[in-house]
Amino acid sequence: MTVMDISSVPCEFKVNHKAPTLEVSIVGDWVLESQAPDLEIVLAQLGDVSQVKRLAFSTEALGRWDSLLMTELIRLIDYGAKQGIQVDTATLPEGIQGLLSLVYAVPERVGARREETKMPWLAVIGNGGLRIQKDAHALVVFIGETMLSVAALARGKARFRWVDLWTYIQDCGPSALPIVSLISLLVGLILAFVGAVQLALFGAQIYIADLVGLGMTREMGGLMAAIIMSGRTGASYAAQLGTMQVNSEIDALKTMGFEPMEFLVLPRILALILIMPLLCLYADLMGIVGGALVTVSFFDVSLVEYLNRTANAVHLTDFTIGIVKCAVFGVLIALSGCMRGMQCGRSASSVGDAATSAVVTGIIFIVIADSLMTIMCNRLGI
Amino acid sequence: MILASLTIKNMTMAYGDFIIQRDLDFTINRGDIFIIMGGSGCGKSTLLMHLIGLQKPAKGDVFYGEESLWHAEHKVRQRILKRTGVLFQSGALLSSMTLAENIALPITEHTCLGAQRIREIVSYKLALVGLAGFEDYYPSEISGGMQKRAGLARAMALDPEILFFDEPSAGLDPVSAKLLDDLIRSLRDNLGATIVMVTHELASIFAIGTNSVFLDPETKTMIASGPPKQLLAESHDPKVIRFLTRGETENQVINETKNQESSDL
Repeated sequence: MTVMDISSVPCEFKVNHKAPTLEVSIVGDWVLESQAPDLEIVLAQLGDVSQVKRLAFSTEALGRWDSLLMTELIRLIDYGAKQGIQVDTATLPEGIQGLLSLVYAVPERVGARREETKMPWLAVIGNGGLRIQKDAHALVVFIGETMLSVAALARGKARFRWVDLWTYIQDCGPSALPIVSLISLLVGLILAFVGAVQLALFGAQIYIADLVGLGMTREMGGLMAAIIMSGRTGASYAAQLGTMQVNSEIDALKTMGFEPMEFLVLPRILALILIMPLLCLYADLMGIVGGALVTVSFFDVSLVEYLNRTANAVHLTDFTIGIVKCAVFGVLIALSGCMRGMQCGRSASSVGDAATSAVVTGIIFIVIADSLMTIMCNRLGI
Repeated sequence: MILASLTIKNMTMAYGDFIIQRDLDFTINRGDIFIIMGGSGCGKSTLLMHLIGLQKPAKGDVFYGEESLWHAEHKVRQRILKRTGVLFQSGALLSSMTLAENIALPITEHTCLGAQRIREIVSYKLALVGLAGFEDYYPSEISGGMQKRAGLARAMALDPEILFFDEPSAGLDPVSAKLLDDLIRSLRDNLGATIVMVTHELASIFAIGTNSVFLDPETKTMIASGPPKQLLAESHDPKVIRFLTRGETENQVINETKNQESSDL
């Protein structure tokens, strides 16, 4: 015997009106795959004939049934209740009666249902403003807490595990070298090509070295390293802390008397501040190598000439400016990553949101800070 | 006639070389509330993973009716598993979707019903588990017990023949746990579904279990099977008795011997 062989009987309601009772016969197989009849026919009967006071069912010809029949019955019963018609379910099969009593066992909680409301545009803008204000407040609070934990560190009272610090340094330093090498090499290469096209017009290819050297050390090396680290480490910090939030690990740390800002955030920020200047230096050198590759192979400049020119053009100040900028970026990346992680909600999707907004916030901070610092250097004439 | 809805034949479960359980052989009949029990770490949940197609047995097979689960093609396995519903320990609702979307997900995927009909079914399922009106809530906005019931509503979305539960009453207060037990039993009675439950809640085991299997972590196999109450009354295995009495008979025995000793003195 297989269930599949039973050809399904089309399902329908047959209505039989014997005032004051309307008897509804339920016929056929009521399974989700079948085409459900239009309930409106029954509802119309109920609505038209005002003397209907009672609704009864007969189920002699009912075959198989599942959720399809249940949803139709619930609609009928709800409609009956609204119109003041008594619905008699006593003749329904036991299983259906049992399910119906389950459905109506817990009345809908008052106020639980949510109406979909359309917000006026002024309210949308207002809410946006309030959100920005709240975000800014949270940022200030977070920076304040970070400063307090740094102060605790300075007093030698910050509690975190030094082995954690080393792990984070390993994570954001040596492990990031391959991607930093690739990107900075290519950026150096691109700078060289862009400049070369113009400089070659005047036969001044040798100045490619100036362009690449200054461009990389003052600006691009640090910026590229920062953007890579924001995507790589900032997002990972946010995801790590967010998952810890979801698993109540941060709460556990608090109850054990640890300050999450010191235990989790401080070593992460320290690791990035220590590592970013080194990464920046490395990115600068890789960029210069990339520029040399292009200039030496395509533009008729020897390697020695190129390096000499670079050494003349790029001063220690340029390196220092790049490195200081990059250290600032490091703080910003760590701050935005850790802040979004600590603010994370308690579900899987909020961890994703935290990682995304960590990267977005990080990059925005980096670009704004970079612009400010560049303007400052320009005004100060360094 | 009692139809077997699930048969486990000569199954060995292992992670790599590490054997969890071996020589499992039992049948779950249609309409049973079947309890998989055993101490912590004996492989109850792992067994469940094997039954619902998440983990392949190292040896042996699982049969749904006559059909083999693990020697079937991917498509056949998908068809078999469509007839089952699973409630995971913490509900496992997708957190980025509302309850209504969670429940509608399998329905939209596996049927071609219209949006209005799906909405009705979703409301019906939510009402069944006592969550009428909570359609537009996100899982993070409701309590753990409600999440579990919403998970149950999702497990029932496609009117499954077999429902699997992983520790349904874990993390619930006794009253909620009792209500969930009642709900499970009335769903079984009214839907005619088979229930397979992994649990070590003794109250549930005795209240609703109609058949069971006991897994032992030391001998790495099943050491008892049968209706839980009968096991308690008739089993001679001290491990089973200790489990089913929360180890209290042992204390009783010790106390009795102590009393005897003291009276001897």
